[in-house]
Amino acid sequence: MGHRLAGLFHGRPRLQISGLLAGPVGWLVIGYLGSLAVLLIAAFWTVDPLSGELVQGLSFENFETLFNEPVYRDIVKRTVLIAALVTVTDAVLAFPIAFYMAKVASRRGKAILVVAVLLPLWSSYLVKVYAWRTMLSAGGVINWALEPFGLSGPGFGSTAVWLVMSYLWLPYMILPIYAGLERIPNSLISASEDLGASPFTTFRRVILPLAFPAVVAGSIFTFALTLGDYITPRLVSNDQFIGNVIFNNISNNLPFASALALVPIVVMIAYLMVARKLGAFEHI
Amino acid sequence: MRTRDAHPARTAWLIVGGLLATMLLLAGCGSSDSSSSTSGEELQKVGKGEGSLSLISWAGYVEPEWTKPFEEKTGCKVSDKIAGTSDEMVELMRSGQYDGVSASGNATARLVEGGDVDPVNVDLVPNYKTIFSDLKDQPYNTFDGVNYGIPHGRGANLLMWNSNDVKPAPISWDVMLDPKKAAKYKGKISAYDDPIYIADAAVYLKAHQPELGIENPYELNEEQFEAAVDLLKEQRPFVGEYWSEAAKQISAFAGGDDQVGTTWQYQYFELKNAGKPVAASPASQGFLPKEGATGWSDTWMISSEAKHPNCMYMWMDWIVSPKVNAEVAEFFGEAPAQSLACEQTADKEFCTKYHADNPGFWKRVYYWETPLADCGNGSSDCKDYNDWVQAWTSVKG
Repeated sequence: MGHRLAGLFHGRPRLQISGLLAGPVGWLVIGYLGSLAVLLIAAFWTVDPLSGELVQGLSFENFETLFNEPVYRDIVKRTVLIAALVTVTDAVLAFPIAFYMAKVASRRGKAILVVAVLLPLWSSYLVKVYAWRTMLSAGGVINWALEPFGLSGPGFGSTAVWLVMSYLWLPYMILPIYAGLERIPNSLISASEDLGASPFTTFRRVILPLAFPAVVAGSIFTFALTLGDYITPRLVSNDQFIGNVIFNNISNNLPFASALALVPIVVMIAYLMVARKLGAFEHI
Repeated sequence: MRTRDAHPARTAWLIVGGLLATMLLLAGCGSSDSSSSTSGEELQKVGKGEGSLSLISWAGYVEPEWTKPFEEKTGCKVSDKIAGTSDEMVELMRSGQYDGVSASGNATARLVEGGDVDPVNVDLVPNYKTIFSDLKDQPYNTFDGVNYGIPHGRGANLLMWNSNDVKPAPISWDVMLDPKKAAKYKGKISAYDDPIYIADAAVYLKAHQPELGIENPYELNEEQFEAAVDLLKEQRPFVGEYWSEAAKQISAFAGGDDQVGTTWQYQYFELKNAGKPVAASPASQGFLPKEGATGWSDTWMISSEAKHPNCMYMWMDWIVSPKVNAEVAEFFGEAPAQSLACEQTADKEFCTKYHADNPGFWKRVYYWETPLADCGNGSSDCKDYNDWVQAWTSVKG
């Protein structure tokens, strides 16, 4: 049997490749792309209001609601704005940390820092959000610390979402930038110095252009994760984000939820195209 | 090695084309088997157990204290999936992988209309006889005169406040729904985060704006619905937090973020037991704000695709047997459905405290129902649940 199988594959490289890739590609096609296709198609369906059964057919009703109800426009705007803010915040915070890890720290210090960056990822996402919830609450530690200065914390709301998301996704920004900076040979930096460039010029003209694709790669994570999250907004604000509205509609009006789910997909496609232009995928 | 394909681009397009074809095929397959057959027939006789039972329930309804003895007695091994909301329950039931569900009134009609559940032959559930009569044949468990489930227990949504901050003790929902009074607690009001909360506004309007003619807070016509939604939009700036997880509300009251709000027994007792200064409408006020309140009455229903119908029937009888129903009610903090359970509770005053045998109390409790276009009076211009969901999204903004 084994011999016969081996005989079948012998001298047939295409069959070999197909056999090897059938599993993973099948998983990708059915599990990911297949469900996306169903999502896309379902967005044109409607729901029978009485039975909740799906009515299949081509209808633009869901998209009309989406465009005509101002509340959805506000929600999309709010979500994209927070995602962009979180991305910028994380990039600004992550760059110095990643730079220190890649170029300054000793071998030992580097290892410790990598573990320190990864450590928060080991604890549950929910625990972290609830911890922030406690800190941001009226009697929480943030208000307590600010009180002596006559200030008060942001409380629950969009600002809180921005803070918590920035905290949650920071490691996803640090790691790609760190990897990108690691790849820059030290000799380039030395050469820049030898040629008389100031540290700032070296940073601006040598390091930043080389590391920029890594920043963009990291931003894909932070942007996409913020765009899709619905638990953090639920726990630290009253404001609705795209994910919340999808969640609220999923069981009673799946087609409308599908139509809404296409919004972040479209936003992400646009984002990825810009990222590609900026060279984020050149080193993958 | 053979030579490589001379046209990589063409190969790529072929792959993409193949993927698209597969996707369409899959989508087609997915849609062809959509209309699930509904047998609509009830069981005539409970036979031998099938050896296992898979349930969907609210947290606290299926606990080892009473499932272990059930398993020993019937040989039906219980596996339970806990759902957080009525919407989730409906969604899980539509998967057809469960035998039964403890559905609240805002899920039952959807399950029946969708053909997801079968009628229940109450003659096969001996303990059904002694269930409180005001729970039987209700619009949320009986459809066209056919019983679709066994009542489990019921409760009212409470008005809860922080007794240090909210004085005098409120006697009406106006403390959080009348914009003038709610303004006093700006940012400290806790409201339930679910479209069904629109009914709370309707209960309030029923008492305060009788000219709207609201009878059933779940059957609202255009005008009544608009009024309720507008009231909630006015309330929005004063709301500190909308909650849908009990834990979230508990932390908001414990941390001082919220001072007054609508709640369930569970959160109230958790906070009370933790020594927090919370209060709810006392006995002297009939335990309810003067307008009455929304509430829930849960029903065990059997799936139309149940693989273990005999075990499910045995479970429905077990869960409303006096001792078990008493255990569940005390564990969860709700009024039992079984009248004989009142003799079995550890706290002998339990049934009195929870008004289990006080139909007058429950007349002022509007159990969750699924809003349907059919107003129940022949006209069908009421707002259906989709409208409720959309309106709720616009309330929260």
